[in-house]
Amino acid sequence: MLGSTLAALKLGDGRAVALPSASAEAGRSRVVIARDAKIRSAGVGFDSARLAQLLDHALQATFECDSPIEAWKKVVRPGEVVGLKVNCLGGRGNATHPELVEAITERLRQVGITEMVIWDRQNSDLEHARFKIAERGSGLRCFGNDVLGFEDALAIFGKAGSLMCRTLTQVCDAVINLPVLKDHGIAGVTLALKSMFGAIHNPNKYHSDAGNPYVADVYAFPPIRQKVRLHICDGLNAQYDGGPSFMPQWMWPFNGLLVSRDPVALDYVGWKIIEKKRLEVGAPSLREQKREPAYISTAADAEHRLGTCDPQRIERVEI
Amino acid sequence: MKDTSRTILNALDRRAFLKAASLPCLAACGGAFAGAPLAAPLFATPPATESDSQFIREAKFYEKLPYKKTKCKLCPRECVIDDQERGYCGVRENRGGTYYTLVHSRVVTAHIDPIEKKPFFHFMPGAVAFSLATAGCNVNCKMCQNWDISQVRPEQVRSTYAPPDKITALAQQNSCPVIAYTYSEPVIFLEYVLDCAAAARPAGVRSAVVSGGYIQADPLKKLCAQVDAIKIDLKAYSEKYYKEVVNGELKPVLDAIVTIRKAGVWNEIVYLVVPTLNDGDAEFQGLARWVKSELGPDVPLHFSRFHPEYLLKNLPPTPIETLERAKAIADAEGLHYVYIGNVPGHPAESTYCPHCRKKVVDRTGYTINGVYLHHGKCQFCHTVIPGVWT
Repeated sequence: MLGSTLAALKLGDGRAVALPSASAEAGRSRVVIARDAKIRSAGVGFDSARLAQLLDHALQATFECDSPIEAWKKVVRPGEVVGLKVNCLGGRGNATHPELVEAITERLRQVGITEMVIWDRQNSDLEHARFKIAERGSGLRCFGNDVLGFEDALAIFGKAGSLMCRTLTQVCDAVINLPVLKDHGIAGVTLALKSMFGAIHNPNKYHSDAGNPYVADVYAFPPIRQKVRLHICDGLNAQYDGGPSFMPQWMWPFNGLLVSRDPVALDYVGWKIIEKKRLEVGAPSLREQKREPAYISTAADAEHRLGTCDPQRIERVEI
Repeated sequence: MKDTSRTILNALDRRAFLKAASLPCLAACGGAFAGAPLAAPLFATPPATESDSQFIREAKFYEKLPYKKTKCKLCPRECVIDDQERGYCGVRENRGGTYYTLVHSRVVTAHIDPIEKKPFFHFMPGAVAFSLATAGCNVNCKMCQNWDISQVRPEQVRSTYAPPDKITALAQQNSCPVIAYTYSEPVIFLEYVLDCAAAARPAGVRSAVVSGGYIQADPLKKLCAQVDAIKIDLKAYSEKYYKEVVNGELKPVLDAIVTIRKAGVWNEIVYLVVPTLNDGDAEFQGLARWVKSELGPDVPLHFSRFHPEYLLKNLPPTPIETLERAKAIADAEGLHYVYIGNVPGHPAESTYCPHCRKKVVDRTGYTINGVYLHHGKCQFCHTVIPGVWT
C-alpha cells in the first residue's frame, strides 16, 4: 500500500497515477505493474498503439516523469549502443514479444539512440521468437551470441565462473533487459535475474539447487551489473507452470508489463504474481515443489547487493 | 552434407601428430599437466555449427516424460530436460521430447600421447595412444585443466567430423595400438566411445577410457563390455569435496569403480591432491582402506600433483612432501602399487615388485627406461605383476 505520502503522476492520456513522494521512496525500489485488459486486438496479436501507451505509462511511473521521452532520457544517453536482451527460449509462444521490442526501439530513437542490438543466446532462438536476424549494418541489429562468441577470460563471482558474450562486453554500452513473466521447472521462476544466463557460455552448469546461488552470482559479474540499466518484464502472456518451455495450458493473459531498475525487486514481485496465480488454480506452491527461487534473496544479500527483496522496501505501483 | 574426411586425413598425418607431440610443452612440463592436450587441436577445418546434423544421434540412455520432457539416464545427475534445453553436460539436448547427443563424431581435439600421460602404468607401457575428446563434461571441477573444452558447448569450439571407422584408421596409420578417450569426459560422449571401440576392436586396436566415473550402472556396464582399460579420476574421498569442488557425488563414483573391477576391465585410479582441500591424513587413509577392501591391493593408485588452474588459481601446487605422505599412508595400508604423479623424475614414478622390491618398470616422466618383466612376472622373483603388459 502506498500510504498517505502520495504524489500524482499525469499520464499521456490524462489519467493520474498515485506515486509515493520522493521522500517516501528513499532507499526503496519501485516496481511498476502496468496492465491493460484491452491490449489485445480483435484477431491474434496486440493493439500496437495501446501497447506503446502501456509502455509509456510504465516508464513514466517508474521514473516519475510527465513524458515518456523524459523517462527514457534517464535510462540512456545519445550516442550509446543499447542492447535489448530478449528471452527467446520459449519460442514464439512465450518469448519477449517483438511488438514490445519495436515499441521500445521507437522510443529509444526518439531520445537519440541510433545503434541498437537485439540479442539472446543464439540466432535460431531469436528466429523462433519471430525476430529477424540482422548481423551487420548500422541502426538496429539482431543476432545471437553465436555470432560474436565469448570472451577468452573467465568472469568469476562466488561459485560461478563463465565466459561473457562479446555482444555484452564489446558491443553494448547499456542494456535493457526484457525477460518474460514465467515459471521455470528447476529455478522456480525465470525473470530479470535469470534471464542474464543468456549472457554466459555455460548456463547449463548453473541450474543445480534451483539455481541458488548461481543466478545471483552470474548477475554479479561486472559486465552485467554495470551495463543493465532497466528491466521491462514482458507479461503480456504469462506462464505459471511448465516453464521455461512454452506450455499453452499453463499460460494466462496477464496483459501487462513489470518495470523496474531493481532486478531483485522485480523478480520478487514477479515471483509473487506467479505464486498467486498458482494458488488460484490450485497448483502447489514453488516451495512445495522444492523449487522456490531462493536465489532472489541471495541476490539481495550482503555479498551480492543486487537489489532488495524486502517487501517493506519495494514500492509496488500498479497502473 | 560437406564431406570433411579428406581434410581430416590430410590434417591428421603422422608428421603433424609427431610435431604436436614433441612440442616444448612436453619437455618443459614433464607431465606437470598430465591431463592436458599437448598442443592446439590439429584439425584445420572450420568450426562446426550446432545445426550440423552429422554430429547428432538420439541418445542411448534416457527416458521420455510427459510434456516433452526427458530424463537423462547416463549419469547420476539424472537431468530432467525441457524441450529445447540441454543437460548439465551441455552436449545433450531435448528436441521436441526426444533426447540427442550433439557430439557423436564431433572431435574437438586429438593428439598422440604416451599411455603414461593418462596415466596408465600397468597398461601397455611405452605405447602411444591416439587420444581424442569432444566438448563437454558432466561435472565442473574447480581445478579443471581442460576447462576450455570440457566446460563449453560443442558449438562454442572448433571441431571436426571424425566417425568411428576414421578414428580406427587414423590410429593404425599412426602406429597407435590404443585409442584413448580422454581430456574432457568420455561419459558425456559415450555413444561415440562405444561406436569407436566397437570399430577398433576387430582391427586389433584397443580402447582406454580416462573418466571421472560419474556414470550410471547400465551405461557403465555397456562401456566395460567394449573397452580394455578405464582410469578413474577419484577426485577426493569425501562427499563435501565432491559437492563443493567437483559439483558431483562421491558414492556413485565409488560404485562405478567397483563395477569396473568386477567387470574385469583393467582399472587404475588417480587422486589429484589439492592443498588444503583433500590432503588430510584421514582422507588418504580412508581412501587406501577402501581401495584395499573393495578392490584389492593390486589396483594402481596414483597421487598426482595439483597445479593452479581454472577456478582454483589461488592455491599453490601440491608440495611434494604431501604426495610422499599420501603414498606412505597408502603403502602402510598394504596397497602394492602406489605412485606419485606429475613429479618427473620422482622414484615413485616407477613400478616395484611388491615381493622382492626390485624395480620392474623404470620410468622418468612419460619415458620408459626399462621393463623388467617376463610374461607379466617380475623377472627377478617371478611374482605376477598385474596389468596388461603387451
